[in-house]
Amino acid sequence: MSKWSPTEPSNLQKWLAGSLVVIYALVTLLPLLWIISTGFKTPADSIAYPPKILFNPSLEGYVNLFTTQTRQTEEYLANNPPTNWYEQLVHDKGMVIAGPSRYGERFFNSIIIGFGSTFLSVFLGTLAAYAFSRFKVPLKDDLLFFILSTRMMPPIAVAIPIFLMFRSLGLSDTHAGMILLYTAVNLSLAVWLLKGFIDEIPLEYEEAALIDGYTRLQAFFKVVLPQATTGIASTAIFCLIFAWNEYAFAVLLTSGSAQTAPPFIPTIIGVGGQDWPAVAAGATLFLLPVMVFTILLRKHLLRGITFGAVRK
Amino acid sequence: MAEIIVRNLCKKFGDFVAVESSSFTVADGEFFMLLGPSGCGKTTTLRMIAGLELPTSGEILIEGEEVGQKPASQRDIAFVFQMFALYPHMNVRKNISYPLVSQGMRRAVVNQKVKDVARILGIEDILDRPVSGLSGGDRQRVALGRAIVREPKCFLMDEPLGALDAEFREHMSGELRDLHDRMGATTVYVTHDQREAMQMGDRIVVMNHGIIEQFGTPQEIYDYPATMFVADFIGSPPMNLLEFEGEIVAERDYLTLNGQRIGIPPLKESAHGLLVLGVRPEHVSLNDQSRFRGRVETTEYLGTTQIITLSTPNGNLKARLISSTLVREGEVVGLSFREDLITIFNKQTGKALKAIRKPGFSSNG
Repeated sequence: MSKWSPTEPSNLQKWLAGSLVVIYALVTLLPLLWIISTGFKTPADSIAYPPKILFNPSLEGYVNLFTTQTRQTEEYLANNPPTNWYEQLVHDKGMVIAGPSRYGERFFNSIIIGFGSTFLSVFLGTLAAYAFSRFKVPLKDDLLFFILSTRMMPPIAVAIPIFLMFRSLGLSDTHAGMILLYTAVNLSLAVWLLKGFIDEIPLEYEEAALIDGYTRLQAFFKVVLPQATTGIASTAIFCLIFAWNEYAFAVLLTSGSAQTAPPFIPTIIGVGGQDWPAVAAGATLFLLPVMVFTILLRKHLLRGITFGAVRK
Repeated sequence: MAEIIVRNLCKKFGDFVAVESSSFTVADGEFFMLLGPSGCGKTTTLRMIAGLELPTSGEILIEGEEVGQKPASQRDIAFVFQMFALYPHMNVRKNISYPLVSQGMRRAVVNQKVKDVARILGIEDILDRPVSGLSGGDRQRVALGRAIVREPKCFLMDEPLGALDAEFREHMSGELRDLHDRMGATTVYVTHDQREAMQMGDRIVVMNHGIIEQFGTPQEIYDYPATMFVADFIGSPPMNLLEFEGEIVAERDYLTLNGQRIGIPPLKESAHGLLVLGVRPEHVSLNDQSRFRGRVETTEYLGTTQIITLSTPNGNLKARLISSTLVREGEVVGLSFREDLITIFNKQTGKALKAIRKPGFSSNG
């Protein structure tokens, strides 16, 4: 054992802490690993009991995810030999590819709606937070409380009025409607989070810019915004995660052209028996954008979560 | 460079009056101090001159032009903040050049100017460093660089040395004063530190509760305080204020305190009632002949001098004596005061009573 130190934890403590982190990581990551591995199983392997840890990987799930298939007669199959590996894969089951599935469209809808509403929430949130932070807004505290109060019940509690509103405004099953809805839900979080960040930026920076000959708008863009990137990034992550994963409203308000991936993925299972690998493949791909986005911004996220905890 | 005229300037925050009808003139090229305790309105006054606050009423003229309601960006002034306010996402060079970029100046000219300023301030070697790693002194120099690079009409400084440690403050204040003397720029400097104000300022305005108590040269303010507040605020230790009930006849050069005749500068008008005699500690001396006596309570040794606290019938009094003077605690000694630098105050109004000064000095207030 090294010398005892008042600030440095002992080796035993480090070891204990390390094991705790590993156990926690396993517990949280196992379901993810399970989904990812199921995506590469054959339908038979995916429902095998006892579950298979080791298996022959197959891309059948991914092929099923992106295509629609029909069963054909032996004769038809013999006359139309497969031209590439995925046609071969389908062919072996006695089926042919009838066309692409809707997964691509739904995924693209998710991207438009998720990122669109995130951008709008952060953009409006930053402006509102700046105004609340810097200007004398009449009834400021009441307004802020009112904004917060929109989060005091689960958003789905107002599903019926929103459904009726969307129907009469023609917003049902439109991208604009979903972007508006997610923005409305996220905006209160964005305003509060960002106000906290902007409050922490000393006023002197802007004042220095004003005196250096810049207008308030220039000072905002050139001095305040660069300072607020951490806050903006972590707010964007929170907003995106909500909009990306939202299920209930998406089921209720979209069915066709604006349907996002979450309500679509469960429907994959209905095509030709219990196709768990296809569902898992859809879920795996669906995880990727948020994961990439979060990894890109994780430096800011970590700083964002602990922001203001320590006086610099 | 420019003259700054402030006329009847007033600032209210709701019901709170931060600055009450202030008027003063800062001469061209002057190093002008706004001095006062925290919350006295000195920073608000400075921020109004800068355009960071709008005055409730009154006028501010910079170089003869009324700027009271103009935005800061159009006043052509430079401001040095207490916490420096360097742009944290830019390096030193960008910080200094930022005010020039806003004017759309050509890059080559900007570079040349930044170089010149860096040379003046001795920060050429840190131009490409980020500001976050700089020492307090270097940050201060960069902040000054950003101010002087524009060659503005005047400099406004809000306790620019407040964030530095004591030792370095001394050094920087010398550097600041040198810089001012070389550039001859009109400077308005806010501080709560009376020593800094005395040391650096050409003229000082002393403010309290949003009101200007006095303005004048450091010596005028030190020798002839216009109010009891100024007497008490300036000097370390401050002026002794001895209360007494009595009468002073106009143009008579003495008063009687506890049976002792004390010479004073003759007053222009008679006064009676509750009065206060103000005398600086260094103008008190021991005198066995005097019938105004005090008991030595404590002595503080300061090297060349010592501060002696005495209790007298008119309140405690501090005397600054040469260290070699032998005094024992508990001893009762006679005291005499330097006559020409005594100030008499009316306790009720807190104001100094006008005295007939010998030629060469002018009374102020």
